[in-house]
Amino acid sequence: MADSHDAPLATPLAGRHAALGARIVEFGGWLMPLQYSGILDEHRAVRGRAGLFDLSHMGELFIEGPEAGAALGYALTTDPAGLKVGRAHYSMICFPEGGILDDLIVYRLGEERFMVVANASNAGAVSDALAARLEGYQVILDDRSLATALVAIQGPRSAGILAGLTDVPLDGLHYYAIEEGTVAGVPALVARTGYTGEDGFEIFVDVAAAGTVWDALMEAGKSAGLVPVGLGARDTLRLEAGMPLYGNELGPDTTPFEAGLGRVVSATKTGDFVGRAALDKARADGPRKQLVGLTVRGRGIARHGYEVYLGDRVVGTVTSGTLSPTLGEPIAMAYVTPSESAPGTILDVGIRDQRVPAEVVPLPFYKRPAQATARDVDEAPGRTTGLAGDGT
Amino acid sequence: MVPQDLRYTKDHEWVRVEGDMATVGITEYAAEQLGDIVFVELPELGRTVTQFAAVGVIESVKAVSDLFAPVGGEVVESNLELSTSPELLNSDPFGKGWMLRIRLAAGATVDGLLDAAAYEALTAEG
Repeated sequence: MADSHDAPLATPLAGRHAALGARIVEFGGWLMPLQYSGILDEHRAVRGRAGLFDLSHMGELFIEGPEAGAALGYALTTDPAGLKVGRAHYSMICFPEGGILDDLIVYRLGEERFMVVANASNAGAVSDALAARLEGYQVILDDRSLATALVAIQGPRSAGILAGLTDVPLDGLHYYAIEEGTVAGVPALVARTGYTGEDGFEIFVDVAAAGTVWDALMEAGKSAGLVPVGLGARDTLRLEAGMPLYGNELGPDTTPFEAGLGRVVSATKTGDFVGRAALDKARADGPRKQLVGLTVRGRGIARHGYEVYLGDRVVGTVTSGTLSPTLGEPIAMAYVTPSESAPGTILDVGIRDQRVPAEVVPLPFYKRPAQATARDVDEAPGRTTGLAGDGT
Repeated sequence: MVPQDLRYTKDHEWVRVEGDMATVGITEYAAEQLGDIVFVELPELGRTVTQFAAVGVIESVKAVSDLFAPVGGEVVESNLELSTSPELLNSDPFGKGWMLRIRLAAGATVDGLLDAAAYEALTAEG
């Protein structure tokens, strides 16, 4: 996988991005489209119509064998053996000390076959950690990150656009479910997952087929207002949806409990898993910091790294912030001391030489209209519902 | 092509001098690089600014950027429309997206700034 000092990798769709006039940036060791027409346009297209994303930088790791479920149960914080075939859940891989190595989606493709999707910047580290942790189990780890392309279609019109191109019955495909089939005539894994807060699909195909799938979706979506969407809008979309980003909200100095995602640490799993002792202690001790949503009540935008104050005392740090394109107001996520984390608490954010008031608000900032059932959202990342207890 | 009658800075700002009054904005190149601009912070009127000092802030969805005073003098007007319509910086950076008017300090000059040809050469380098 790409280490940061290597030359950045190009996705199989790089030529399309260039032809579309995308601005390209390096991200996680890859050259990726930041934006095409503009972040705001693309953001609104996904909320109102549909957007197409090249996510081929993500890591795809296949774990197969009679002990695949048990082996992943030891390597990760969740219990993948409890997943039904064709279903997925949000998970984490932690260090023995309890900090987060990466956040993941685990898909169960068969009784003895799983796919783990990791962030691009961590894919190499996750692959290495899995290789070490799976040793001794009857499993084979197949890192197919460089052989697999990922195209996502997200937004309320996604199902309508994709339906005509796939033999996967989308009506029966639940949120956080996955099925093998074809898209535009090529073999694909179609999952109803995403990172935008909208309905949508993630389509995993061989790199050689990425162009075929991309072109077919662009063409099929034209009349529905589908547009290509870059990493810039991906970030504002996920932030509105209250979903964490590794490197901002998640990292080695943070436990899942502090991120409000303690529910991914299985309390019922029998047997040991990497990080268990440290996480049991962290759960018992309580968090040192708590991830919160902030809405800035004055003029200014809170950005990553800005300090959060209660009076003259620093009580936290902003991890992500932007002007919410949907809400039209500045939103942010921040870690604050647990005593200041209750919704309604008024804090200040240090924006350059000013202290600007901000209110602690529940996450997410944005929730798509209706549709989602309690069972559905329970499997998704982010604190998408009050039903998703964080286990603390 | 950028307007030929303006002076430019290496920080991608433009200045139009009429008498002792300088109108200041950012170039189309700057606006494109920043992306969708969503927030502008401008200096209070009456403030005396020195040439090249940071006097304001321009924020796009993605990034924060300083506004520098391309000339020294007194801030006598700012474009209030930008507080509610910061997107004017993207749609019309040389026109409705103007940012400040500065009354030149005694002896202040734009002689050291780039002319249109020099600025175009700068942006052509990428």
